[in-house]
Amino acid sequence: METGLPASPDVLELGGEKFESRLLLGTGGVPSLEVLERAIVASGTQLVTVALRRVEASTSGALLSVLDRCQVRLLPNTAGCMTAREAVTTAKLAREAFETDWVKLEVIGDDRTLLPDPVELLEAAERLVADGFTVLPYTNDDPITARRLADIGCAAVMPLGSPIGSGLGIRNPHNIALIREAVTVPVVLDAGIGTASDAALAMELGCDAVLIASSVTRARDPELMASAMRDAVTAGRAAYRAGRIPQRWHAEASTPFHGLPNL
Amino acid sequence: MKLTVNGAVADVPVGTSVGDLVRVRIDDRRRVAVARNGEVVPRAEWDTTALAENDVVEVLAPVAGG
Repeated sequence: METGLPASPDVLELGGEKFESRLLLGTGGVPSLEVLERAIVASGTQLVTVALRRVEASTSGALLSVLDRCQVRLLPNTAGCMTAREAVTTAKLAREAFETDWVKLEVIGDDRTLLPDPVELLEAAERLVADGFTVLPYTNDDPITARRLADIGCAAVMPLGSPIGSGLGIRNPHNIALIREAVTVPVVLDAGIGTASDAALAMELGCDAVLIASSVTRARDPELMASAMRDAVTAGRAAYRAGRIPQRWHAEASTPFHGLPNL
Repeated sequence: MKLTVNGAVADVPVGTSVGDLVRVRIDDRRRVAVARNGEVVPRAEWDTTALAENDVVEVLAPVAGG
């Protein structure tokens, strides 16, 4: 996103765009648009997800006004799609509606776990990349699937930490680190984050960004949690770049033994 | 003629276009998308796309999500 500011040394490059914030915010689950607006501002996010649903006595105009005011880029999703065909059509509808070829590609296997269906996901990703979309796929925490998605030409891979909305955090940190090693495109931890320490862990594992929705929108105080997540992402990223000490089985003294008096 | 619009039967005059249908469904046409029989109808073609008996139409608008 062009900000006119001098290039920061640590910007997120995603789909050919630059972002100062490494926090992507989902908008689902907010109690009101006023709360959403305050949470977006507090999070510092520059990229928020939205969905398409049947027009009813819709509040879409009010939602769009909030998002326009926040000057965030919109990332439409294909939430609820269970086949590649549905997801591809939904992505094309979103491209018409939002005038963006960016899509958060979700193809779920069932509505109880909301876990991705990797077979349908790979097929949808392939078709959308071929059609010129910038595809950001929500995927399992499987390094092989992630590599396949990157090989197809996805602009990022977005592995889950745990099921959507579960707040269970990152159940397999080792796999997330393996995914970081397996691909060169950005890795965005998507789904499962429950609280700030989960977001910090994702960044410490080498993720380039996190996508957070329920843990902010359904927190008792979404604005305060958005602020906590912003700090956590910043701290986790800094810790990753700083290079943590190795974990050891035994102690390693920080005060020298040399020169210890004989008392 | 009868159509299915957003999952419900709708009776509209013969000759109704996609654009006509959208106009009566929603005031704010910003960021609305339409599928007809499972295919996207580009916004530029709304007014020239005539609907036919038994068409299945989805008129979609942005919502908060994911």
